[in-house]
This record gives sequence, C-alpha cells and structure tokens, in this order.
Amino acid sequence: MKVALETNQLIALAMKQIEPHVVAAYPITPSTEVVQEFSQYVANGDVRTEFVPVESEHSAMSACLAASLSGARVMTATASQGLAFMWEMLHIAAASRAPIVTIVANRALSAPINIHGDHADSMGARDTGWLQLWAETAQEAYDNTIQAIKIAEDPRVRFPMLVNYDGFTTSHAVETVEILEDDQVRNFIGSIPKPQYSLLDTEHPTSFGVLALQDYYMEFRKAQAEAYKNVKDVVLEVADAYAKLTGRKYGILEDYKLDDADVVLVAMNSAAGTAKDTVDALRKEGKKVGVLKIRLFRPFPVEEIREALKNAKAVAVMDRAYTFGGPAGPLFEEVATAMVNQNQKPLLGDFVTGLGGRDITTDEIKQIFDTGYKALEKGAFEPLVNWVGVRE
Amino acid sequence: MLEIRWHGRAGQGVKTAAYLLAEAAMDTGKYIQAFPEYGAERSGAPIAAFTRIGDEPIRIHYGILTPDVVVVVDESLIGAMDVTAGLKDSGILLVNSSEGPEVYRAKVPTFKGKVATVDATQIALDCIGRPIPNIPIMGALIKVSEIVSLEDLEPRLRHKFSAKFNEQIVEGNVKALKRGYEEVKVL
Repeated sequence: MKVALETNQLIALAMKQIEPHVVAAYPITPSTEVVQEFSQYVANGDVRTEFVPVESEHSAMSACLAASLSGARVMTATASQGLAFMWEMLHIAAASRAPIVTIVANRALSAPINIHGDHADSMGARDTGWLQLWAETAQEAYDNTIQAIKIAEDPRVRFPMLVNYDGFTTSHAVETVEILEDDQVRNFIGSIPKPQYSLLDTEHPTSFGVLALQDYYMEFRKAQAEAYKNVKDVVLEVADAYAKLTGRKYGILEDYKLDDADVVLVAMNSAAGTAKDTVDALRKEGKKVGVLKIRLFRPFPVEEIREALKNAKAVAVMDRAYTFGGPAGPLFEEVATAMVNQNQKPLLGDFVTGLGGRDITTDEIKQIFDTGYKALEKGAFEPLVNWVGVRE
Repeated sequence: MLEIRWHGRAGQGVKTAAYLLAEAAMDTGKYIQAFPEYGAERSGAPIAAFTRIGDEPIRIHYGILTPDVVVVVDESLIGAMDVTAGLKDSGILLVNSSEGPEVYRAKVPTFKGKVATVDATQIALDCIGRPIPNIPIMGALIKVSEIVSLEDLEPRLRHKFSAKFNEQIVEGNVKALKRGYEEVKVL
C-alpha cells in the first residue's frame, strides 16, 4: 500500500507494526512525532506496548536497557542532545549485548542551538558499540526500521542499533512510500529470540553489571570486538529475506555508477539522492563520476569499501559533521583508514557540507566533483579538508 | 518534475497545503515529495514549504530554488522578501489578494509567465469563518496550473480533514476549495 506520511509518522507506524514490548522515550526535535504518534497508538490501545514516559534521555536509555536485558523487544527514538545525553548508557547497552533499536532523526549538536539536519549526533556515538544503519529516503527509513529489529536481535548479533535519517530534510518530509501490512511485518520479524541470560529469569539467576578489572576487562573488550564480525552476514541475510517480501533490495553499501567512475563521492543519508541526480547530469557532459552510499556505518564495512573504491582515481568524502581538532571529518577518517594499506589507492579528499541543516544542493555537489577532477590534475587534494557552502 | 514553492506565515496552513497537493498527486500515480522550511516556530513568522511532483522517483533533497510555481499565501510577504527568486519564466505566480493580477504583474515586470490572484482570505472567512486561506488558494492553484483536477483533490481533502475536523469544517473547506477554483483571476 502506498502512503504519504511525514517520515516521523511513518516510523511511528512502523513501530506500531513491530509492536515492541517496551518503549521508553523522552521526545526531542526532530524526532518528537515518532514518540508522540506512537504514544497515541499506546493510548488508543492499538498496541500492547509498555510505554514509559521518562524524565530524560539518560533515563530513557536506562529503562530500555533493563527491559532489553530481561528479554523484551525494545525501541526508543531521539536526536542530537538527546542522543548525547544517552552517551553513558549507550556504551553499557552495547557491551551488555542489549538489542535495543533507537530511531535517530539526525540533528546538529549545540552550541549554538540548532534543530536541523546534521550527522554530529550519531557520529558522536560511533565508538559506543552501537550498530548503525543510514537512510537516503523515507522508504529506506521505514525499511531499515523493520530490518534493524531482526538484525539487532539475531543471536549471532545481539547488539543495539541506531536507525538514522536526516532531521527535517527527511523527518519532516512526505515522500511516496510503500508500506507492508501489519501481519507481514510481524511475520518477518518473528518473536524476539530468547536471550541466553535474562534479568527476570529467577530460575537461573545471573549477575549483570559486573566488575572486571585488570584481570578480565581486556578479554571482555576483545570478545566484544570479535562479535561485530558476524554482523555483516546477518545484515545481508535480513536484506535478502526483506527483498523476497518486498522486492526492495538492500546491501551494506549502495554503488551508483561506480564501475567506470574516475571520481567518486562517498555520501550518507538524504544527500546521497541529490548526489545521484548530480552524477546523472555530469555523465551527460561525459564525466565519469559515481556515488558510494554507506548504509551500514557500524560495523564499518572495510572490505566492501575497498572493493567499491578499487577502480576510483579520486574519492571525495562528504562529511555532515566535523571532528574538532582532528585531522578531518569522521567519515573521511573511516574511509581513509580502510584505504591506508592498499597498494593501489585513490586520492582522498574531505568535504564538510550541510552542517546545521544547510541545504546540500546539486551545484555544491558539482563543485565537489570539480575539485576531485582538479585533484587528479594536481596529484593531490589540497587542502585535505574543504568546507563547502560556507561564508568565509 | 514540477516544483511548487509556497510562501506564507505560520498558522496559515501552508505546510498542510504543500502536503495535500502532494498527496492528491500521489493518488494520480505520481511520485511526490513535500516538506516545510522551518525556522524559529512562532505564529505569524514567514515560512516556506515545497512540493515536488514527478513521473520518476524524486531523489534530490533540498529546498526548491527554481520553482515552476510560486504560491504567495500572505501578500504582505511581497516586498519583505523576494518571493519570486528563481521562478522560471514559463512559470506561475499566484497571490492571495483582493487585488487583480494586473497589480502584481506590474510588480514583476520582467516575469513572462502567468500571474494570478484570488481573494483566498475572504473566501475562507465566508466558508469556514476563519482567515485560513490555504484551501481556497489550493483551488485557485489547481485551476491555473492543472497539476491535479478538482475531482482528484476533493477526496484527498475530505480524507485528510475528516481525521482532524468536524463535518462543518470539512464541508466549509470543500466549498472554499471550489470557490477558489472558480474565482481565480489570471493575467
């Protein structure tokens, strides 16, 4: 069925279809409507979810964590300062293998206060151990939400997951979206697999929140790091099953006209769509350009990035966030790390764009591709980091 | 792809109109995208909203810079900002005003497209008793632009408004839509 809903309403509808056991949330712009609409479903008796209206995001994630460790299917939604306020609990959720799915309508961080689209919030969570899916369109946000449940809860995974889409640009936009029937969603996700250990299993009492010092902490951490190696296979399995159900195919990355592309733009979320239209326009002028869109950002798909960029001569990474005091934006650092030991590697440049909701236009993306061509002539991106669409 | 940019003030139903047009176009099999431009949210603040309608999936994700149609829901914005910025020469400028289109034609002498006006605020006062001009100006828009027909739009309007408003308000808006459609003046 085709619907025209604001993406936040659409995601609330997906949550209704998923019908988690527990949602604990503290609404924040620009994902407020996800929580607002879902709480109406609860109030109307459309779902049996235990909705916990808490007094802060830190409490929201704490409640989600306890519920998840007891074996419940758990979701929440947040953005920006809200995700930042969850920071401490994010680490605990990931290391405790609590498969909570958190919706994030990506928004800039303060100061100055800004409510608009920017990737600083989820980029700030990149070292917390949460898995991350990113979405170009409302359709992808809906599809990722449903797939995230099945990925996160898989016994081979059992990690929490952020489902990202751009604040306002996507969260408050209406696009043509194909939705599933409620029972299709419920059959697809099935019941949450019973956890090996449960907080409420009084027959088999277990310790949670344990202490591990010099003697065992490092082994815990190594075991956690190893566990991410299973994730990509599960992401692909779930994507295959979802394609059978819907006809919509997803991968870890999305290649757009990469086969013969000399200059490649790496993008995430809504700007990837604008980049595809720009590529089509530039190809008409005979330019060999392409887009690499990152769907799975955590775990970072190193091998897939290497494979996708193996024929590229220049790669422009678009960052919608910045690492202050660091060498470049966060996505650039990840891509550069993936490429660093390759014998043959493209020139790499970083392009910081669209901070705080500033539009990323076709003209700006053309400008980035132009800079890529200039780098090919000069033999390097100089400077390494370029701020695009900013007043000097 | 057809791009429509809406200019109005918060509280005038600008976002609702941008979405409603997209929804009606989706019902006719088109791909759609609609979104508002939010600044600081307060009643009376200038806001813009955007509607894109196409035969192919719409991939670009930024504000409309070169619209085919500009709809000015609040005429006091003209002069306060450049509402016609980027408007295509073959396009349409539609203004909510009690004045005729010749008045606005004179204000944009270089513009070659159609100029239209409709007294949407008065129609709204007559039909729903409140000065919310979004639906009557929608009637005018679909008449001048032929984006969708009145027959396509009316059921969507009823569907959308029935979820929120009582029958009297829904019927008042349907009447306002039709009056806007009939009373628009084009030059």
